Amino acid sequence: MIELIDLKKSFDDKWVHKGISLVIPKGQMTVIIGRSGQGKSVLLKEIIGLIKPSSGKVLVDNVDITKLTGRALQNMFKKFGYVFQFAALLDSLTILENIAITLLENRKSLKEAEPIVKEKLALVDLPTNITNKYPSELSGGMRKRVGLARTLITNPEIILYDEPTTGLDPITSRIIHELMFNMQQKLNITSVVVSHDVEIFNYADNVALLDDGKIRYYGQAKEVWQSNNPYIYQFVRGLPEGPIKTEVKS
Amino acid sequence: MALRFFNYIGSSVIRLFSLIGSFTIFVLNSIKTLFSTKLKFHKFIVQSERIGVNSFFITIITGGFAGAVLAIQSFKGFQKFGGEEFIGPVVALSMIRELGPVLTGLMVSGRSGSAIAAELGAMRISEQIDALKTLCIDTYQYLVVPRILAGIFVLPFLSLFSMICGIYGGYLIFTHILGLNPDTYTSGIKEFVEMWDVIGGLIKAAVFGFILTAIGAYKGYRTDGGAMGVGIATTQSVVIGSILIIISNYFLAVILFGPG
Repeated sequence: MIELIDLKKSFDDKWVHKGISLVIPKGQMTVIIGRSGQGKSVLLKEIIGLIKPSSGKVLVDNVDITKLTGRALQNMFKKFGYVFQFAALLDSLTILENIAITLLENRKSLKEAEPIVKEKLALVDLPTNITNKYPSELSGGMRKRVGLARTLITNPEIILYDEPTTGLDPITSRIIHELMFNMQQKLNITSVVVSHDVEIFNYADNVALLDDGKIRYYGQAKEVWQSNNPYIYQFVRGLPEGPIKTEVKS
Repeated sequence: MALRFFNYIGSSVIRLFSLIGSFTIFVLNSIKTLFSTKLKFHKFIVQSERIGVNSFFITIITGGFAGAVLAIQSFKGFQKFGGEEFIGPVVALSMIRELGPVLTGLMVSGRSGSAIAAELGAMRISEQIDALKTLCIDTYQYLVVPRILAGIFVLPFLSLFSMICGIYGGYLIFTHILGLNPDTYTSGIKEFVEMWDVIGGLIKAAVFGFILTAIGAYKGYRTDGGAMGVGIATTQSVVIGSILIIISNYFLAVILFGPG
């Protein structure tokens, strides 16, 4: 279980998070939605420990990750997988080397790593003949799946997805959502997804809405469309009028 | 007006100390990683090739022509009192003690220091460095230490070639353009140049190798602000690296060769 307790974060004078408290249940998919620039990606990085909050706690299995540094933090990373918005594959490495990087750094040879890589590629529905290609030779959707395969290589308990379908067409987005859902079901992984895409509600268990530095709504994904909460009502329907402030008025 | 002035001075001083502190922590982390983890030898070799082999041509060209120019310019002065025999030692000592290491440092800073900053900067803004961290890979061990060590290792070799080419460039001018006796050039060098001059020059080059790679890696590793941030980091790595090379050259000259 992940628990965020009164999390606050500022960059210079700008407060991005003004006190976020949220419980992310184990083995479920929790989606964090909100308008662009509300600090959703920052929140994910605080959860994994890449960014330290200004104050507050992030408890992962009752360990406060904000207090960890060095080796202790590196050990905590082993619990996590992180799927980056644009996959963050290393340009200079082949797909095989990208997915196997953790194994290669732990003194496994490419030959030893190859069958494990192919197994993970099959899990994300990618053909095994792409292993010798470079990231620049793949489509955006394929790169995201390679990013997921790279994450799965460490058998994480928790996977954080940063806008996994941004920039993808609706069909590929659906394939990615189904893949995430299947992963979560098959491997009983705790998933935290940052997204703008309301389609994800069909696959998620819980939804949290972040606006102006605070969680304004938290509830089950299947209840989102029926909710009378003014924030979630405005957001899912894309209404310009409501409590969520917009910079551009029609 | 006065308040704004003091505010500007104060914030500039804070920024400067913040930069020095942040760079010091970066270097200390690199040193700690070097001694607490195994060196990625393959990456060290790759970086040595990138910094060394790829900078070889520009290094020998600049070294060779610097020596040639030095011979011509010093001839104008020395011929007035018949001191042509001092041209060889002047060229050799200048190349070995100063111009070889400094020119190599500046050229490699422009070529490889900037490339390190740009590469790591691009990795930073595309979240590749964060990705490595989440995969439990020590980014200092994987990205920073091999580059800095390669700089320290390769610069003395490049500098040595620059020195040799500079002295040979001077020799060609001395014998072929000025039409003077080759033995005069070489005998003067043998008389005045000592082994410590060469060792001192190579120590300087190693320090410059550290400076240009550490600055390049630091600016790249700490890049923010997208593509513009990468451009700024790349430019700053060359500017700061070059300035630090020139400043440290003075102190190294005093320490290694004495003020006289």
